[in-house]
Amino acid sequence: MNTELIVPLLAAAIQSGTPILYATLGEILTEKSGVLNLGVEGMMITGALAAFITAQATGHPLLAFLVAGLIGAAIGAIHAIVCLWFLGNQVVSGLALTIFGLGLADYLGTPLIGQTAPGFNKLAVPLLHAIPGLGPILFQQDILVYGAILMVPLLWLFLDKCRWGLNLRAVGEHPEAAAAAGISVLRYRWIGILGGGCLAGFGGAYLSLAYTHLWTNGLSAGRGWIAVALVIFAFWRPGRALLGAYLFGGVMAFQLRLQAVGTHLPSSLLLMLPYLLTVAVLVFSSWKSKQAAAPAALGVNMEPND
Amino acid sequence: MFTLSAYKRQEPRPWSSCLIVCAAVVLSLAVSALMLRLQGKPALHGIELLFQGALGSRWSIEDCLIKAIPIFLCSLGVAIAFRLQIWNIGAEGQFALGAIGATWAALTFPDQPGYILLPLMFGMAFLGGGLWGLIPALLKLRMRANEIIVTLMLNYIAILFLDYLIYGRWKDPGSFGFPMTKAFSVGAIVPKIGATEVNWGLVLCLVSGVVMWVFLRFTRMGYELKVAGENLNATRYAGLPYEKLVCLVMIFSGALAGWAGLIEASATINRLQPSIMVGYGYTAIVVAWLARLNPLTIGIASFLLAALRVGVENLQLELQVPAAFGGIMEGMILLTVLAGSFFNEFGFRFRRPS
Repeated sequence: MNTELIVPLLAAAIQSGTPILYATLGEILTEKSGVLNLGVEGMMITGALAAFITAQATGHPLLAFLVAGLIGAAIGAIHAIVCLWFLGNQVVSGLALTIFGLGLADYLGTPLIGQTAPGFNKLAVPLLHAIPGLGPILFQQDILVYGAILMVPLLWLFLDKCRWGLNLRAVGEHPEAAAAAGISVLRYRWIGILGGGCLAGFGGAYLSLAYTHLWTNGLSAGRGWIAVALVIFAFWRPGRALLGAYLFGGVMAFQLRLQAVGTHLPSSLLLMLPYLLTVAVLVFSSWKSKQAAAPAALGVNMEPND
Repeated sequence: MFTLSAYKRQEPRPWSSCLIVCAAVVLSLAVSALMLRLQGKPALHGIELLFQGALGSRWSIEDCLIKAIPIFLCSLGVAIAFRLQIWNIGAEGQFALGAIGATWAALTFPDQPGYILLPLMFGMAFLGGGLWGLIPALLKLRMRANEIIVTLMLNYIAILFLDYLIYGRWKDPGSFGFPMTKAFSVGAIVPKIGATEVNWGLVLCLVSGVVMWVFLRFTRMGYELKVAGENLNATRYAGLPYEKLVCLVMIFSGALAGWAGLIEASATINRLQPSIMVGYGYTAIVVAWLARLNPLTIGIASFLLAALRVGVENLQLELQVPAAFGGIMEGMILLTVLAGSFFNEFGFRFRRPS
């Protein structure tokens, strides 16, 4: 392999990793507050559709991106209402949210299949883009790629250094103790769910506005689920999420490239690669971690005391 | 001043859960009517078409039963796994592997008579679905890998594997390029009951439902499963064979979904083609939860959600509403039932602030 092959591949890896990165960071935030939201796939695809429709209607991709975040959070709010207010089972509620979101996006998106919308184009960072090798990989991407990278230290700062973030983590580790210390458990879990939904919506927007500029049903293709798996791989740490997302982006870009080149392998077998890798990565990281890195109260609702 | 506060009921009220499901269905119908209206379609007429399409004629009720068969089998499998607190989301993939196993037998021994070929197909579907269920169980027990994600990924992998076979080695050379296998021989087709369109899978549903009910209620292992599902610590303390339970439950859970795949391939479409995957495995999860994991109520809920599918097909035909409409309703019904169950477990009372 020479650089003429490697450089575009790595650039494409970062592109395909970006939507997963947004969604993974979002799910980390949600899970840190002690809530498991398996609705990432549903929030992502509705976000993608919301972005697509807004971009078509207004012609402003950035506005469309923000609307996707809002819609993602709004879909997440359903999970919050069901689980936080009505103490519904978090696993089942998340699944229902995915079924609902996929249905909604298919229903509203069917008339739009094959249409295009204005999206984000690549822009070259002055000076830096000219660095051989590194330039085309890192500094000739669209603005949302940099946005996702920026989210990594921001989320780390929030969770590790900010008072609110520490409260949010306390709620995820030991809600009773947090409540006794005067922290509102429900408020921080709302923040976790809405923030996670917003980021999942951003991830979806990346798919419809930057990755493709064209609507097809089932655009998310399991990326939301891969994000849920990556949270475990990342041990709930934003930095490792970056690594994991780009690793997946690499595999997706690689199999696309192989399909384009035309190998003897049928495309359905190549398409399996990301899903096989998810299982492998999950098994490896679950097996390796000695004690659970998961928030202690993950998935457990707090019942009202009499 | 009085304040409203919630308290946990000692005994959940039996009738309120039925009431909750009814309320959820009504609410979801109302929201769907609204959605039709927003798309500029006649809302009330749409709901009417939904009911008419599902229950309006003998033919449509038979269609509901035909669709209820795979949903019921998948759901029964999902429910036993859920009872053990194993989140098997993989019925869709296990369904695919069952269909693949059965198709292998049907294509390899097409000349065998039904009394030899059908049992072989059931065996292969059991093997395919069961093994596909066993993988996540082993990964969970040995490697502590989360079964939700593993089963889900195995769904994607199974569907792609099915595509690989249909587009590749199993493709019928006489299909004019369409992705499908050769039609099954007569011996490989599950027959229909009498003069109806409904196949003998319905009887398989009844039998497996009763067997499951008896197993859960009257056998030692059924009891162990109940205890283990309710309290994992008690399981370890009492020395119950937890690992064995998980493996067995996942094998049977997968095998039931596999049989559903067999019946779809054999009785409904008479061959294997991509359109066999229509999401019964996901609907089964909705059904299992609506029915509170009880074999009897799973029967009722399977019929209802099958009726929803048939009704949506009519809506699709008459008003050009996308099929995804059914998915929205399924999700909404499940979400409202989840929220509504709160009133089943908790009561309210007014209290004077102390």
